[in-house]
Amino acid sequence: MAVIRDVMAAFELFQPTSVADAQKLLEQHGPDVWVLAGGLDSFDWLKDRIKKPKVVVDLSGIGELRGVRTLGNDGGDGIEIGAMTTLTEVVNHPIIKQKYDLLAQAAELVASPQIRNQGTIGGNVSQDTRCWYYRSGWPCYRAGGNICYADAPEGRNREHAILQADRCVAVNPSDSAPALIALDAKFVIRTRKGERVVDAEDYFVGPDIDITRLHILQPGDLLTAIRIPSTWAGAQFYFEKIRDRNVWDFPLMNVASAMVTSGDGSPGDGSARTIDRIRISVNAAAARPLRLKAVEDAVRGKPRNVATGEMAGKLAVQGAVPLQFNTYKIPLMRNLVKRAIVGAGSATEEATWAS
Amino acid sequence: MTDKLKSEAIQNVPQEGVLKSVSRRNFIKGVISSGVAVSSASYLFRASSLLHGQQPAAGVGERLITLNVNGQQRRVDVMKQETLAWTLRYKLGLTGTKLGCDRAECGSCSVLIDDIPHYSCSVLTHTVRGRKVLTIEGLAAEDGTLHPVQQGVIDEQGFQCAFCMPGFIMTAVGFLKTNPNPTRLQLAHGISGNLCRCQDYDKILTALMRGAENMRRSSLG
Ligand SMILES: Cc1cc2nc3c(=O)[nH]c(=O)nc-3n(C[C@H](O)[C@H](O)[C@H](O)COP(=O)(O)OP(=O)(O)OC[C@H]3O[C@@H](n4cnc5c(N)ncnc54)[C@H](O)[C@@H]3O)c2cc1C
Ligand code: FES
Ligand code: FES
Repeated sequence: MAVIRDVMAAFELFQPTSVADAQKLLEQHGPDVWVLAGGLDSFDWLKDRIKKPKVVVDLSGIGELRGVRTLGNDGGDGIEIGAMTTLTEVVNHPIIKQKYDLLAQAAELVASPQIRNQGTIGGNVSQDTRCWYYRSGWPCYRAGGNICYADAPEGRNREHAILQADRCVAVNPSDSAPALIALDAKFVIRTRKGERVVDAEDYFVGPDIDITRLHILQPGDLLTAIRIPSTWAGAQFYFEKIRDRNVWDFPLMNVASAMVTSGDGSPGDGSARTIDRIRISVNAAAARPLRLKAVEDAVRGKPRNVATGEMAGKLAVQGAVPLQFNTYKIPLMRNLVKRAIVGAGSATEEATWAS
Repeated sequence: MTDKLKSEAIQNVPQEGVLKSVSRRNFIKGVISSGVAVSSASYLFRASSLLHGQQPAAGVGERLITLNVNGQQRRVDVMKQETLAWTLRYKLGLTGTKLGCDRAECGSCSVLIDDIPHYSCSVLTHTVRGRKVLTIEGLAAEDGTLHPVQQGVIDEQGFQCAFCMPGFIMTAVGFLKTNPNPTRLQLAHGISGNLCRCQDYDKILTALMRGAENMRRSSLG
């Protein structure tokens, strides 16, 4: 039988009911604190005893962190999603479904129903990498050591990075992150000095900036909300996630795009519409979800057709460096980017489930 | 188990003679319905063989809290780091909730919290104070009439070893509360966070679809 390591080491648990109280607790306990949202990433670390915080601050009792609010008159300025809103609440929210469906599509493909019922949007974007060497507690670069086991000659790296690796080759596994980047979301952070709002793409960092974390939160900081401006409300969206099994599995890669086109025609019959505005992002290709700015610039003003999609795919993988077992990620990314621009034909969720 | 633990565990196990006259199942049922039990410590110590030599500091860091489980108020000592599955199984004797992976990867520990399916292996017990927990033991009516989904499972003989069954049933019941009339595909989606090692998903789905039908019928009449 597998070794069961299921009893977490003892910790002190605090359950504040306001952001102010939570912040005070974080300040008091400094680096010994673990912030707990839905816990679905956290419990692995605690059960495996790789992380042994003395204090855990549970955010689940803080009402102000939960729910979706509209901004401006009738939501004219977009929406604000509290960090503790569950993924299921995001998937089912009528305004998100109607105007920002890209996020609903992405959130619905996370893990399993029970995980979405408990996992929060804040936790989803703040979760750590799945690199198993790191998660098993090996003393790699990310853990403060000076080797990357995944990139060593015997390393198993099928799921790892093809772009922007720097010593560490781990990737960011979040499904909602690229959708939020494509929607030009803003992340609201409460720091010791006050509130700070950053663009979604700037919330995430690669190993060149900080090799020990995937995002910019410093100890003591809280992500309180995610704002989605109305800029892309009702645009044409595309989200696709490639994974081994339909449930539970993290993305081998995913892609999200938001697009506005003009003119007549359809991508299929050569009478393509013109791409006026576009944002596109890919995750699980690098340590941070990548916004593909060069691709956006190259396809703007071009017809939305297969030729443009192919050009975009090639451009997206420029500079990609495969590891021993993940060469497949290069054509995968090329094709995902192409499909995010042209559309995928019949590859629907329904077809996947019916098979 | 260390000798010390062994002797304490033995002290806490009811006398053989008592157990002989009551079947194990009835004994557990009695414990569950009366809401009191042999000292909760016996569950704790019995489980401690899982700890690989790390002795749980019984009592240390525990706090007496009240939980709403299956409609009853249950007073129980809970460690800060304790999961709901652990409390249900080893403190409250509700062993119908199974622990498969303890990693949110199989669904056998699924219970309803305020009507929503959760993996109880991945919930801290302290976070469900003030919320309603429903386990497989709380599904049947007071007079013993099975829940329509349980009846569907029996009608269709939906499971093989049935280790995964309580989790599947609880997840299906939670799903059907908000989707009372699902297609087979929708129900498959709803219970996709549960694994069966014996691999008869088709039969499981048939049984749970029958359960859904039973549920609709019982709410009609
Ligand atoms: C079996 C399994 C499969 C999974 N599959 C997927 C998948 O396919 N796709 C995917 O995207 N994810 C997946 N996940 C990852 C994860 O569980 C979910 O993404 C979930 O949304 C995480 O949210 P949480 O609230 O449970 O996070 P937690 O575990 O509570 O938090 C995650 C991290 O973020 C920090 N954090 C959380 N909220 C805040 C906040 N407000 N402020 C500051 N820090 C914060 C925590 O300190 C912690 O370090 C999976 C997890 C499991 C266990
Ligand atoms: S035991 Fe909880 S999901 Fe497997
Ligand atoms: S019936 Fe045996 S695990 Fe499901």
